[in-house]
Amino acid sequence: MTAALVTVGRDQAALSRRLATSASFAVLGLVDILVLGNLAHHGDATFGLSLPGAAVTVPSLHAPAAPVAYAMGAASLVLAVLRALTEMGRRLRLVTIGAVVLFFVVSLLCWADAGNAIPLNLIDLLQTTLTSSIPIILGAMAGCLCERSGVINIAIEGQLLFGAFGAALVASAFNGLYLGLVTGSLAGGLIGALLAVFAIRYMVDQVILGVVLNVFALGLTDFLFDRVLTPYQNRLNSPATFGAVKIPGLGDIPVIGPVFFDSTIFLYITYAVVILVQVGLFSTRWGLRVRAVGEHPTAADTVGIRVLGIRYRQVLLGGLVAGIGGAFLTIGSVGSFGEDMSSGLGYIALAAVIFGRWRPLGALGAALIFGFATSLEQILSTLNTPLPSNLLLMAPYAATIIAVATRGGNIRPPKADGQPYVKA
Amino acid sequence: MTEPGQAGGAKEPQVPPESPAAPEPATTAAAPSGSTGSASTPDSTGTGGPGEPRVQLPRGEELARKSQVILDSLLEGNSVTVTVLAIVAAIVVGGLLIAFTSPTVLQAWGSLFSSPGNAFAQAWDAASGAYVAMFEGSIFNPHTIAAVFQQASLSDALHDGYISAVFNPLSETCVRATPLIFAGLSVALAFRAGLFNIGGQSQWIGGAMLATWLGFGVSLPPFIHCVVCVIGGFVGGAIIGWVPGILKAKTGAHEVIVTIMLNYVLEYLLAWILGTSAMGKPGTDDLVSPNIAGNAVLPHIAGPSLRINAGFPLALVAAAAVWWLLSRSTVGFEFRTVGANPRAARTAGMSVQRSWILVLVIAGGLAGLAGASVIQGTDHYLTYQSYGTYGIDAITVALLGRAKPLGTVLAALLYGALYAGGVQMQAATSTPASMTGVIQALIVLFVASPAFVRALFRLRGERSGTGERLAKGWSS
Repeated sequence: MTAALVTVGRDQAALSRRLATSASFAVLGLVDILVLGNLAHHGDATFGLSLPGAAVTVPSLHAPAAPVAYAMGAASLVLAVLRALTEMGRRLRLVTIGAVVLFFVVSLLCWADAGNAIPLNLIDLLQTTLTSSIPIILGAMAGCLCERSGVINIAIEGQLLFGAFGAALVASAFNGLYLGLVTGSLAGGLIGALLAVFAIRYMVDQVILGVVLNVFALGLTDFLFDRVLTPYQNRLNSPATFGAVKIPGLGDIPVIGPVFFDSTIFLYITYAVVILVQVGLFSTRWGLRVRAVGEHPTAADTVGIRVLGIRYRQVLLGGLVAGIGGAFLTIGSVGSFGEDMSSGLGYIALAAVIFGRWRPLGALGAALIFGFATSLEQILSTLNTPLPSNLLLMAPYAATIIAVATRGGNIRPPKADGQPYVKA
Repeated sequence: MTEPGQAGGAKEPQVPPESPAAPEPATTAAAPSGSTGSASTPDSTGTGGPGEPRVQLPRGEELARKSQVILDSLLEGNSVTVTVLAIVAAIVVGGLLIAFTSPTVLQAWGSLFSSPGNAFAQAWDAASGAYVAMFEGSIFNPHTIAAVFQQASLSDALHDGYISAVFNPLSETCVRATPLIFAGLSVALAFRAGLFNIGGQSQWIGGAMLATWLGFGVSLPPFIHCVVCVIGGFVGGAIIGWVPGILKAKTGAHEVIVTIMLNYVLEYLLAWILGTSAMGKPGTDDLVSPNIAGNAVLPHIAGPSLRINAGFPLALVAAAAVWWLLSRSTVGFEFRTVGANPRAARTAGMSVQRSWILVLVIAGGLAGLAGASVIQGTDHYLTYQSYGTYGIDAITVALLGRAKPLGTVLAALLYGALYAGGVQMQAATSTPASMTGVIQALIVLFVASPAFVRALFRLRGERSGTGERLAKGWSS
């Protein structure tokens, strides 16, 4: 990835990564066995597979906690040894990583629910995973849209925050939820427009610009919150929220229905956006041009593609998409706006973009992991497990560091990402 | 600080409220005079070139050329000019924001056509009142000096604390600037080596945790305890800074992602450890540490009633040390070379990897000192939210200071003044203290885009390119 490393030798870096991956597999395996298996209460863990009041009830799943955790840990250790000793292909490496993480999560769930009278409801867990992923997914799509055209977007956080603010304000003041949704999107687009003008027209360093725009969005929304929203809380900051819409037919399928097809309009928008961005970027002429501009703007310019025009459009589009994610934070879930309510989700979305190698589907997967960690924390806190929630909350971030460190060399950004284009 | 506000504020009613170009008319008057050349310079307004009236003097030719050089460099939009104009622009925009979010002002503007004078007066009062309060809270409050003269004698005034009241705003400014100097230096140093350290927060927490633990956990004689804690702060931050450094050097993991993630890791680690017996305060469920020992507290340097403490001179020493490191030492030369061109550095036989690690260790240590200075200087105990916004402020301070030690100190003082003034502004007027955040962000936004400021103020010089590139994209 770094020009510097290439010259020093790929092999050494690859070896370091291989050993680091193997070591982290082993650590997770040992945690499965020594912590989760050893400390689990006796008895079965019970997992609920349907929500109360569902048309078709699915029987709950029972699993003996300690033996499952031991087995998962042993499997992880085996994978750790294999990973250290053999050179694996890319696909196989991804599968092993996924497997070890899955083993860990299964052990964790067994440990958490073992000997507990309340069953752990998997449907609830997955539903919360999807909803808490929405802003991260939309933010990550915004990142993909921008960065594929060669503009680094660190301002996702600011776009989310502006979107949340605009949506709450307008939805409350004019009592129109859809109006709020559109305004939220436009508010995100406003930060996108600032990013575009300063990055493309004035060629400001894009990493710095993103951070500065985040600070600006935070400062401005804080100020307006104190000055305008708080004194008129009832009129300006009490929007209604979107309710869940069950899709007829699909929503009644057991297990899948309640998870995927019984949610607010935001989830359906998210589906549409992910599909549009993935297909658009990789299967249309539009996407080919965007990627050409992001990889080699001079070549793109030579064949007559308007480099700057495409960049402006992509950055604006990204802002609009992230703005919808911001709107979700207010009118899609809690309603009223609060200071710094995006609380770092934009940075998480950024990590998801990089984690997912600037591919919409990859970013989607990474965003879902973060969403899963959030919802796991919420569910576990209701189960009264002795696990300190702070340590659990730390896990996805630590995992990202490990992932970036172990996959570092494989992560290649669009070649012209972050470089302003000057026509020769 | 009130001067530019006045200049901008006087213009503001003639320009539509949303226009950020309000200050333009003020400077367009000066700009053409520079471009027309020295010989035909019209009567000088005194704003642009101080030497211009001497054109008529016998030795005028030479002097005129000299003054032309000075004027040119000002109008060229060098970094000092751009920074000053950025601050002016931010203050003007901030003033508009204060005025046009105030209910009384909006009411006055509602009846603009019946009493236009009132509308402008109200807007002016709101903005200038806020800025005057800010000035009084951060630099000097005339009321305090009046109070001194009302005392019977100077010794009475000194004894009753009236003298220290005069210096209280400055003391507050320095107190708030202290951690920002340390943390800003941390980011600035990393910038110079081509690294973007967004991890000020994690390193701050690392330093503060170790300094606090040493502060209440061990007992040592007065001076030594204080020094040990400060060193602990450096070491704590350095350990956290080492993580992105070693990962970047060994595996190529990008430091931006690693430091952002570490911020969250340390945030939760702090909340967790404050809930355990290792660092939590016994007998309470709040996530706070015990108070550090009196011996570990940084001593006050200007009397007990002013909060300014030894942390401030220490921060200045750190700035001097960073300056020496960067511009006078071999290691610093390597840092800068690596920052400018890693390939060239490697060709010249420098270890790029080692520089990355070392830079982030030192940068982490500096951010750790910021944490130690807050705990040992003012707070005396650690909470799960003590880190505040130091991490992000550090970045903006370093940007404003253009990644140079002296610039960082000045930028931190400006930020300190804005924070100290913001508190006073909220107390004295109805303007919330969060206004400071807006002004800070605007200043940095403008400073980061010199080309935009030049275009806005019709300055000559490069209007499209960026001056310096501090951070690099993902593929540094």
